[in-house]
Amino acid sequence: MDRKYMDSKQDTILQEVTGSEYKYGFVTDVETETIAKGLSEEVVRTISAKKGEPEWLLEFRLKAYRKWLTMKMPQWAQLSVPEIDYQDIIYYAAPKQEAKKEWEEVDPELKATFDKLGIPLNEQKALSGVAVDAVMDSVSVKTTFKEALAERGVIFCSFSEAVREHPDLVKKYLGTVVPFGDNFFAALNSAVFSDGSFVYIPKGVRCPMELSTYFRINAAKTGQFERTLIVAEEESYVSYLEGCTAPQRDENQLHAAIVEIVIEKNAEVKYSTVQNWYPGDKEGKGGIYNFVTKRGICKGENARLIWAQVETGSAITWKYPGTILKGDGSVSEFYSVAVTNNYQQADTGTKMIHIGNNTRSRIVSKGISAGHSSNSYRGLVKVTRNCKNARNYSQCDSLLLGDRCGAHTFPYLEVENSTARVEHEATTSRIGEDQIFYCNQRGISSEDAVGLIIKGYAGDVLNKMPMEFAVEAQKLLQISLEGSIG
Amino acid sequence: MALSDTINHDLRTLFHEGRKVLDEGGAGIVNAYREEAFAAFEKAGGIPCGTEEYRYTDLLPVFGREYAAVLKRETLRPSDLNDAFRCAARDLAAWTVLTLNGHGCENNAREDLPDGVIVCSLREAALQHGDLLAKHYNRYTFPGQKDSLVFLNTAFAQDGVFVYIPDGVVLERPLQLINFLRGERDLMTFQRNLIVVGKRAEARIVVCEHTLSDHYFLLNAVTELRLEEGAKTDYYQVQNQYLGTALINSLFVSQQRDSFFESNTATLYGGLIRNNQYVRLEGAGGTCNLYGVYILDKSQHADTCTYVEHAAPDCTSRQHFKGVLDDASIANFSGCVRVEPHAQRTESFQANNNLLLTDTARINSKPQLIIDADDVKCSHGATVGQMDEEALFYLRSRGIGETEARTMLMFGFAHDVIRRVKLEPLREEIDELIEKRLRGELSKCHNCIMQCKK
Repeated sequence: MDRKYMDSKQDTILQEVTGSEYKYGFVTDVETETIAKGLSEEVVRTISAKKGEPEWLLEFRLKAYRKWLTMKMPQWAQLSVPEIDYQDIIYYAAPKQEAKKEWEEVDPELKATFDKLGIPLNEQKALSGVAVDAVMDSVSVKTTFKEALAERGVIFCSFSEAVREHPDLVKKYLGTVVPFGDNFFAALNSAVFSDGSFVYIPKGVRCPMELSTYFRINAAKTGQFERTLIVAEEESYVSYLEGCTAPQRDENQLHAAIVEIVIEKNAEVKYSTVQNWYPGDKEGKGGIYNFVTKRGICKGENARLIWAQVETGSAITWKYPGTILKGDGSVSEFYSVAVTNNYQQADTGTKMIHIGNNTRSRIVSKGISAGHSSNSYRGLVKVTRNCKNARNYSQCDSLLLGDRCGAHTFPYLEVENSTARVEHEATTSRIGEDQIFYCNQRGISSEDAVGLIIKGYAGDVLNKMPMEFAVEAQKLLQISLEGSIG
Repeated sequence: MALSDTINHDLRTLFHEGRKVLDEGGAGIVNAYREEAFAAFEKAGGIPCGTEEYRYTDLLPVFGREYAAVLKRETLRPSDLNDAFRCAARDLAAWTVLTLNGHGCENNAREDLPDGVIVCSLREAALQHGDLLAKHYNRYTFPGQKDSLVFLNTAFAQDGVFVYIPDGVVLERPLQLINFLRGERDLMTFQRNLIVVGKRAEARIVVCEHTLSDHYFLLNAVTELRLEEGAKTDYYQVQNQYLGTALINSLFVSQQRDSFFESNTATLYGGLIRNNQYVRLEGAGGTCNLYGVYILDKSQHADTCTYVEHAAPDCTSRQHFKGVLDDASIANFSGCVRVEPHAQRTESFQANNNLLLTDTARINSKPQLIIDADDVKCSHGATVGQMDEEALFYLRSRGIGETEARTMLMFGFAHDVIRRVKLEPLREEIDELIEKRLRGELSKCHNCIMQCKK
């Protein structure tokens, strides 16, 4: 087919569909309690006091804050991050309403918000098999199915509640996977983190339903700093999902979260993310800065950690979910689809640190860039000196949809043991005209063909998502990309 | 004061105090860039320390040594070296140019060179071919590069080799540049080469590195290579140096339309070797192939850093680097392919394969793609592993002993890159050096007086 003709046709399609709006850009009109802008030791103490935290947690926060003061924002990523004024952010915002046990007690505005987002907080209406912890700004609004889970000994609650009800567990594991001074954003989070989810799966328990946290930024001029801690005891299993959205605003908002996962012997955790923070408008105005530290440790033998993520939102993403493979025979897998459109920037990937013998890891990363966006994969595979028979395979593909976007790949392989086998391969290309032509010949329109090809391209990853999420992820992929084919 | 501050301070003192000697050793345009380059070096933060480019390479022990910088030109007659050294690849029939500690010496390349071809020391070129040098000198160390050691070279370099091949001239015989390091004390030296290959001209260049005495050396060398439209150049490097030598070797290639560049680097011996290769494909239809093999043992350290910039459409680049690491050696590979926004229809391939023989050796591999155009086919791959057990079994089942079988497999692994050397005598010589090396024999060239005591 004539290239010129195709280009002009694709441009039309592009114009038609990039009109598709960010669906979740509304603001909930709910009374919000906020503290004054800015960050100081006083603010850290205020947050801690508001949450009625014990002394040790305040100490943890203060240590992190003092460490943070000595640190600088990392500059190595393939991102251009405008200067962030950390004194211009509100570090605590809460809808004026405490978490309620009974559905009827929840503020109707909040109910409506989560209904609109498609997150059912009413257990009768809920998808059976998914328990949800809904977090709005700095606090958890409601956690569903708590009682049903408690019967099995599974603890699933907001982080603040865990601090109150299970302080020993929190104290034992907090900061063990991501130390408070791990990096700039981790230190910031450790100082000011507000809420998040806490999951504890006791020994031998297979969690009967999927656990899910839904994060929502609502208040303006705030940052969201949540913290998730998942502990899977021996022989246990849990599948955990995370979703996020934010209103459409012209200003940039900061989101710096920490996720810590501890996995004991023979246990398995599957952590799935559908990240759909507001990405900014077509001119690149507004959007969330998503600077997240996620890390799991396979502590015991044969522990398994699987990361599956679909990243379509955020103006800027800086995120490297990683696994420390400490237990012999432990396994970690990372599946990711990262989509950037318009002026989005992403520098994302994973880290696999092999310490135990016979550990295996697999990385499948699919990047899709469109518009003027920049999409980078950055991943580390490290095999330490005494780790025997480590095995890693990484595959990182990038698809370019348009001649003004960028796709970059930065893998780091560090191997210190002769028995390791580490392989990395990456490709970058656009959708071939021959592929489109093949579909056209069979009566499939160019646009459908592109959809089909992308679906196939991302299929490896989408198949790894839990069912309900896979459907959502698929839709999200379509919305983010429709028409951006150039 | 931190060690890096001390080093930077010492370099500043050396630069300012040695300015007069430097200007006497250099000439014309070479001296004109000094001040600006040293300012750029300081602005870039001095010696690279913990930067992304040098994250796996600690230069402080190397720069921290007490060197007597050879700022003053040493006089040396060619016969001194000819007696000491004869290249084993005798059938190469090359025009040879010798340098000692970064300073150009007499050469045998004056006779029977085609008309218009210039082969001389950089100093001589600055005096006699000032216009040419002004046009090309320091023009191809790309503005985008951030390596402060290149600025340091520009600030300190006095001499090196200048090669000019006019339009349409095809050099029938290869041109061999042999760089020697020799001294009575530990030395820090600088060398600067400039090679210009005119339109549709062709050249084959062989660069050999040798150390003649067992002191510590730090050689910071920069070579600029300009390929005009349709020019063709094969560039071979054989690095066979004493363990106490640190070589920082930066090659900049500027390629014009339809030009062809192929490089093949064999790193066999040396304390710390850093090979930086920056290629910029500035005209459509260019081809660039970078190949290399590094065979390391003891505490050797070798870095291969490539940066191929596709700045024009329809260019092709290929990179293949292989390494065998024994004992406590360290190798770093950092290869980057950058495709600029309008460089459509780029094809690029990059591979790095490594064999680790011990648990004390270490490899860091960092292949990178930075792509800002969509109609491209780019891929890269990197592997770290061991010898194929099945291949080993195959050989053993045919009555070949284990050691022999392993050597054969390693040789085959390395030969995959060496087979691309188009100069047969050189290819055979490198093969022989590698085979000896894999058998654990010291792989010095024949007739080399290099006495490696440590």
